[in-house]
Amino acid sequence: MSAALPPRLPARRTVGALALGLVLGLVLLDLARTGGLDPLALPPPVALGSGLAPSGAHCTQG
Amino acid sequence: MARAALLLLVLALAALALLAAGPRAILLLLIGVGFGLVLEGLRFGFAGPWRLLVAERDARGFLAQLIAIGATAAVAIPLIAGAGGELQGAAAPVGIAMIAAAFVFGAAMQVVMGCGSGTLVNAGSGNLVGALALFGFIAGSFAGTLHLGAFAALGTLPVITLQGVAGTGGAVALTLAGLALAGGLALRAAQPGRRMPPARLWLAAGLIAALATLNLIVAGQPWGVVYGLGLWGAKIATGLGADLSGAAFWAQPANARRLAETILADVTSVTNIGLIAGAFIVMRWRAPTAQVAPLAPRGWLAVLAGGLVLGYSARLAMGCNVGAFFSGIASGSLHGWVWFAAAFAGSRLGVGLRGRLLVPARTAGAPA
Repeated sequence: MSAALPPRLPARRTVGALALGLVLGLVLLDLARTGGLDPLALPPPVALGSGLAPSGAHCTQG
Repeated sequence: MARAALLLLVLALAALALLAAGPRAILLLLIGVGFGLVLEGLRFGFAGPWRLLVAERDARGFLAQLIAIGATAAVAIPLIAGAGGELQGAAAPVGIAMIAAAFVFGAAMQVVMGCGSGTLVNAGSGNLVGALALFGFIAGSFAGTLHLGAFAALGTLPVITLQGVAGTGGAVALTLAGLALAGGLALRAAQPGRRMPPARLWLAAGLIAALATLNLIVAGQPWGVVYGLGLWGAKIATGLGADLSGAAFWAQPANARRLAETILADVTSVTNIGLIAGAFIVMRWRAPTAQVAPLAPRGWLAVLAGGLVLGYSARLAMGCNVGAFFSGIASGSLHGWVWFAAAFAGSRLGVGLRGRLLVPARTAGAPA
């Protein structure tokens, strides 16, 4: 009796596009719900030299 | 996909980031894309080299990690010290749950063959195991935020940094000495011919260190991964109707603000997105490569569960290989070193588990 063939998996290009697409979909859905940042209250482009303390939210903070 | 289209993809992402969250988001997105290009393009990783060191006595990739961390630390520790509070390090307390979770993370990252950054890179480059693990990682890191307080209550030390013990110069010296010691132990364990990193890994280590330093300068905090993925999970949960106002983690001002604002305002999320895009670009830029070998259904289930455990443990361990190991050590945090020891021990266990859990489809049901 011959063994069943293993299932054929989607190509890397399909899986990669799907992963990136799903993440971007989440970003866009979230953006539609929250809106963008206030253009008059944007964070400084570069933290160093801004005179501001970092706003936090890092993996190491509980 | 034409290469011009890949460049257009980056420009479109940058435009979206600019419109939604301003120029800082563009810079961080490009830094994230850079991470993805280097990690995937030059095959620089974390989980794989740990497995190679344990299973094949090959220290080359592991040494490249230590070189990247050392180069980052030599710049980042003095930079943070002289920044007058504009930059912060990746410091966290050592705790019982943190150590146990780092051990579990080390095991899980060998099962799914991807750490925090590795899972993003694998997903972006179309690896089906990585993509599935990413779903689990997002769910797990969000679930971890809901239980973090309870686990932290098991016992934690105060935050200890090498700067606090030995000053800025002393912290750099101690960090480099610790990395040299780890490198020396790895060299002693390695087989001849598998000790010195090739030019590709030297280049990758230098680029990763440069990007990590840029990330610190732009974001004000070191490179991280897990926070962003937990935030994505929280966004999905609230989108589905969950109310997180009663969750202690999400009630903290900084976290509540991240939850209320666009994902593109979160620095970690933006570099994560860039990293996935960078890995995708490399995958599409070069000649097509084969998909992973098919797994038996219970193998795929193990990948999903492994991703879930990876995310949950990363949250409780106060970071993954990036936020805790790379950035923790590079900014002088004691917890980074403790995380390293615990995760490496877990990784040894995970190397053995991988073969037993990820059963290939063709051998499913076959006698052992």
